[in-house]
Amino acid sequence: MSLLEIRNLHVSVDGNEILKGIDLTVNAGEVHSIMGPNGSGKSTLAQVLARRDAYEVTEGSITLDGKDLLEMKPEEAACEGVFLAFQYPVEIPGIGNTYFLRSALNAQRRHRGLDEMDAMDFLPMFREKLKLLEMDDKLMNRSLNEGFSGGEKKRNEILQMAVLEPRLAILDETDSGLDIDALRIVAGGVNSLRSPDRAMLVVTHYQRLLNYIVPDFVHVLVDGRIVRSGGKELALELEEKGYGWTETPQAVGARA
Amino acid sequence: MRETAVAVANIDSWLESFTEFEKRAAGRTLPWLHRLREDAFARFCEVGFPTTKDEDWRFTNVAGIAKTVFHSASTAKLAPGDSAAWRVDDVAATLVFINGHFDAELSEIGNLPKGVTVASLRERIESHPEEVEKHLGRYADTKRDAFVALNTAFIGDGAYVHVARGVVVEAPIYLLYLSTRENAATMTHPRNLIVAEDEAQIAVIEDYASVGGESVVLSNAVTELVAGESTVAQHYLIEREHLKAYNVSTLRIQQGRSANVASHSLLLGGGLVRNNVHPVLAGEGGECLINGLFLGTGTQHLDNFMHVEHASPHCGSRQFYNGILDGQAHGVFHGRIVVHKDAQKTDAKQTNRNLLLSDDAQIDTKPQLEIYADDVKCTHGATIGQIEENALFYLQSRGISEQEAKKLLLMAFAEECVERMQSSVARDHIQHLVSEHLLFTEGIVPVSSGERVTERVTGRVVEEVR
Repeated sequence: MSLLEIRNLHVSVDGNEILKGIDLTVNAGEVHSIMGPNGSGKSTLAQVLARRDAYEVTEGSITLDGKDLLEMKPEEAACEGVFLAFQYPVEIPGIGNTYFLRSALNAQRRHRGLDEMDAMDFLPMFREKLKLLEMDDKLMNRSLNEGFSGGEKKRNEILQMAVLEPRLAILDETDSGLDIDALRIVAGGVNSLRSPDRAMLVVTHYQRLLNYIVPDFVHVLVDGRIVRSGGKELALELEEKGYGWTETPQAVGARA
Repeated sequence: MRETAVAVANIDSWLESFTEFEKRAAGRTLPWLHRLREDAFARFCEVGFPTTKDEDWRFTNVAGIAKTVFHSASTAKLAPGDSAAWRVDDVAATLVFINGHFDAELSEIGNLPKGVTVASLRERIESHPEEVEKHLGRYADTKRDAFVALNTAFIGDGAYVHVARGVVVEAPIYLLYLSTRENAATMTHPRNLIVAEDEAQIAVIEDYASVGGESVVLSNAVTELVAGESTVAQHYLIEREHLKAYNVSTLRIQQGRSANVASHSLLLGGGLVRNNVHPVLAGEGGECLINGLFLGTGTQHLDNFMHVEHASPHCGSRQFYNGILDGQAHGVFHGRIVVHKDAQKTDAKQTNRNLLLSDDAQIDTKPQLEIYADDVKCTHGATIGQIEENALFYLQSRGISEQEAKKLLLMAFAEECVERMQSSVARDHIQHLVSEHLLFTEGIVPVSSGERVTERVTGRVVEEVR
C-alpha cells in the first residue's frame, strides 16, 4: 500500500475547475516535487491535501495509508500525519508560538493514544529543534508569526514540521522570498527530516530549492494536469527551458 | 415631558420606596445628604427613564426597567460555604455586599497600609460624614442621567475607599456584589466613593454576580473615583449576573493634574447591561486608559457608553473595546470624546473591534467626537468581522480541533484587552472568567457540515463628527 494515492482528482473553486484529473502515487521514503507555472493548480493540490474546505472535490479519490483522506477534516488529516508548510503562514496575535505548538502536538498525541507532553518534556525537545532551524528562542515567546520576517515565518513552518514529525509533509513554495542563507537553513531542516517512514511533496515554481532538497521524482503540473513526470534531472531541464515547452494549448489562459 | 424620556409610570411605587428608604437611610439627619437625596429623587421624577429617541440611548431600550415595579432588596445571609467560591486571592481587602447591604462577616479588611481606609459607605457616613461630604455626589451627573439620579436618591451603602497622599496600595481592593434569588423584582443602588489623594496608587475591582437562581433584579451602581495629582488608579468592573438581571453602572472619574487612571471592564452576564464610563481629565497632563471586553450570547444586550471629557491641555485618552457576540446578542459601543476649548494638545484615540459569531448577533458602534479646541489629535476606528477563516484553518491544519481552534482565536481576541490590565491579580481573575465563559459559548460549537455560514454583517457603524 502506498502512503499517498491520488486518483483522477478533480477540484473546483467557486465553480471553476482547477485540478482536472490528477493521478499521483507517493511511497514512504520518497520525495516528490510538484513544479509548474503560476496558476497551474500546485497550491490547490497542497490545500486539498490539507483538507481546506473552500475546495470542492468533484471527482476522484485520495487515500493516505489506505484511509480516505477526503472524509477527513483538517485536524483529522493532521492527526493522521498530514502537514502543510504554508506558502503564506498566518499571523495570529494573542496565541503564543510555544503554547500553540505544544497544543497541536498534544492534540495529535491524544489522537494516537499517546500521553500528552508536559512543558518539562516538551521544552528540551523543542530547544533541539530550534537549534536545527537556527531560530532565536525569543521569537517563541511572541505571538504566532506575529511580526516575523518572511524568512522567520518559513523557518517557523519547518520548525513546526520538525516538532510534529508528520507522515506526509507538503511544502508549498517554501523557498519563495528566502535569501540564500535562509534557504540553506530551511533546506537543512527539511533534509534532516527525510526518513524511510516519511514522504514529502515539495511544491515549487523554481528549481532553486531542489538544489538543496533533491527530489526522487519531479512532476510538472500545467493547467490542472500532470503533463510530465521524471527524475530530478527534469527539474534542471525546466530551469533551462522554462515552462513554455510543457504548455498544452489548453494551458493558454490558465489562471494567472 | 421631554419626548426623549418617559414619565415615570409607576411613580407612586417609586415614591413609596423612596419614602420608606429615607426613613432608615444612613445619615438621614445630615442636612446635606438629605438634600442630595431629595434633589436627586425630584430630578429622577422630572427626567424619567430615557427612550430610544434620546441620542444617548438610541440603541438601548430600557422600557423593561421603566415598566417594572422594583422593591428594595432585603438583607439576606449567605452560608460561608456559598461565598467561598467568590474569593479572589491576593487582594488587599474584600468587601462583600449581599443585595446591596454590606456583610461584615463575609468581608475581610485585613492589614492595610497606614493611610488607607476601606469601609462600607454606610458606616463611613455615620462615623465621618464630613469626609464623605467632601466628595459624595460632587461628580456624578444627576441632571441628565435618570439612573444616576435614582442611585443618588437611594444612596445607602457601597464601598468607601480613601488613600492618603503618597500611599501605595499594591494589591487591589475587591468589592463583591451578590444578588440572591427573591420572590419579587428587586433593586439595589450600590454607591461607591473612591478617593485617592495626590501621588497615591490604588486599584479597585467591582464584581457583580448572582447566587441561588434567577429573579428580576436591577443593579444600578454609581462609582465616583477621584484621583489627585500624579495619582495612579485602576478600576475594574466585572458583570457576571444571571440573564434576568438589569445592570446599569456608571463610573465617573475625576482626574487631577498628571493623574494616570485606567478603567477596565468585562461584561459577561446580565440580560441588559449599560456600562457608562465617564472620565473628566480636569488637570493638565492626565492620562486615561479605557479598556473593555464584552461577550454576549442568547438575547443579551450589552451597551458600553463612553464619555471622555478632555477639560485640560496635554491630556491623553485611549479607548479600546473588544466585543464578541453570539446568538441574538446585541452589543453597543458608543464612544463620545469631548474636547473642551482649552484642552489644547489633546491626544485621544478610540478603537472598537467586534467579532460576530452568528447571523443574528448585532453590534452598533458609534464614535462621536465633539471638539472645541483647535490643536488636538483625535482618532477613532471600528471593525466588525467574523472569526478569520485563514487563521482557523491554520490552527486546524496542525491538528487542533475546530472547536478548540475557535476558542483559542476568541481567547486571543479577548486577550488584547486582558493584556492591558496592569494588576496581575485582577488580570488573572478576569482571564480565568473569560476562559471559563468561552468554553460554553455557542458559536464555538462546530457548524454542522451541511450548513454553510453566510457572511452577513448586521452591524452598523454610525459616524458623527461635529
